Amino acid sequence: MNNSQKWIAFDTILRREIRRFLRIWPQTLVPPIITIVLYFVIFGQLIGSRIGDMSGLPYIQFVAPGLIMMSVITNSYSNVVSSFFGSKFQRNIEELLVSPTPNWIILLGYVAGGMSRGLGVGLIVTVLSLYFAEFSIHSLPVTIAIVLMTSLMFSLAGLINAIFAVSFDDISIIPTFVLTPLTYLGGVFYSIELLDPFWSNLSMINPVLYMVNAFRYGIIGITDIPIVWAFLIVGLFSTLLFFLALRLLEKGSRLRS
Amino acid sequence: MQPALSIKNLRKTYDDQFEALKGIDLDVAKGDFFALLGPNGAGKSTTIGIICSLVRKTEGLVTIFGHDIDKDFSAAKQFVGVVPQEFNFNQFEKPLDILVAQAGYYGIKADIARSRAEKYLRQLGLWERRNEISRTLSGGMKRRLMIARALIHEPQLLVLDEPTAGVDIELRRSMWEFLKQINDQGTTIILTTHYLEEAESLCRNIAIIDHGTIVKNTSMKALLKQLDRETFILDVREELSESPKLEGYPVTLVDGHCLEVDVTKGQSINEIFIELNGLNIHVISMRSKANRLEELFFDMVEKNLVDVDGGQDNE
Repeated sequence: MNNSQKWIAFDTILRREIRRFLRIWPQTLVPPIITIVLYFVIFGQLIGSRIGDMSGLPYIQFVAPGLIMMSVITNSYSNVVSSFFGSKFQRNIEELLVSPTPNWIILLGYVAGGMSRGLGVGLIVTVLSLYFAEFSIHSLPVTIAIVLMTSLMFSLAGLINAIFAVSFDDISIIPTFVLTPLTYLGGVFYSIELLDPFWSNLSMINPVLYMVNAFRYGIIGITDIPIVWAFLIVGLFSTLLFFLALRLLEKGSRLRS
Repeated sequence: MQPALSIKNLRKTYDDQFEALKGIDLDVAKGDFFALLGPNGAGKSTTIGIICSLVRKTEGLVTIFGHDIDKDFSAAKQFVGVVPQEFNFNQFEKPLDILVAQAGYYGIKADIARSRAEKYLRQLGLWERRNEISRTLSGGMKRRLMIARALIHEPQLLVLDEPTAGVDIELRRSMWEFLKQINDQGTTIILTTHYLEEAESLCRNIAIIDHGTIVKNTSMKALLKQLDRETFILDVREELSESPKLEGYPVTLVDGHCLEVDVTKGQSINEIFIELNGLNIHVISMRSKANRLEELFFDMVEKNLVDVDGGQDNE
């Protein structure tokens, strides 16, 4: 395949992915929006008004970046894991496996699809959050870079989960038992300054903490950790996950018998 | 001349140590209509899976129009279109979208893809259903959709794994006509089927695979010549109470108006008519009892079973 043909193959996968999540919008776009609105109403307005300030900011302003990031993470991940596993389950992944499309194009196509949904939902949630909280962008480059890298990383993780999954249970285990606790304990709702030193130090091994803080820094200019660490960690994880996913596709793990 | 498909010493052992292919060699000439037959579990689908890279081979060399599927996989895959045994498209997508996307995976531009999709969907009688959810199509339509999808990049080698399974006879015959037409236009076709009549009427060459080995690889004509006995069913006008005695021809009375006559190689059917005429019995119709290829197929597979099991019961 020449480069032009590779581009067509990538574009085809990406368009198919976007068409898929738009086709099933009541499953893919509406629930995250409702969830986030509820978070804003409950944690931001009802409870938040009693909590007071967090890191010197009104609570709703403090949680807004974390909630946006949370929707980016969960939607990037769940789009790729459900789409790729669905293709395995229906066996239409074979359409790609019999074609000359290189594995890295398949990988990039699915990841770009996951990022499209993650970033799309993130954008909708950002627009909604402006109704509940006021904020301006502190650093646009940091905001864009960290949100792109986070979406990339979780799309890659979703693909790896889907490759290993053999049943629908397998695609819900990681989001339920790993992703949700990491996100909830990743400084979305609180500053780690509030924690005892033990829990504060333990939080430092949670990669989501770095992403949420870097994003919060990009938007409102405050962070619990040095943001350079956030970029290093997300960059490192994304690189490792990319090569792991590519290796699995090259080997045909759980895809070719 | 370079073959369309060349397989050398192909072996496949699955993770559970089941040896599906035990070193097969096979060449399929360009332009051929080739049948790959064998009982369930013989290794047909494994062979096809390796050709289209859905199954990883353990050992051996596979080249498609001279392109090694390992070293030159991109070029090799451009030459092959595959119609699998089971439905493997997204049942929530529309036929037109499925075809255009498949073309995209081969690097074909959208406008060309759409015009080819229209061509094949029309030829296969699916154009009117192009914008319906694929899940709502009938079984026969789904099979035709998979054929259209396999042809969208206009491959020179089309591999069909049981393409007419579960398809009614009328539709099956229309699919045969379509495949003959594709083959006449130069596409090499490899077909696996359980309908031996299908293989006999479509294919010029044949390989029979059993227990992971090729037990026969020859032309259809040469294979059918090996048949040394054929049973004919004769419908007669007169009501008979016992089977007539015909010199050299074993005859069985099926019912009052129907006879079965065994004819061995070298015997003439004319003699049967002459003898029956002498007995004042008039034949009003005649047909072969079984598909000729079917008889040979069972002979070979049974013989191979005895060879493999050493003639022992295998319970």
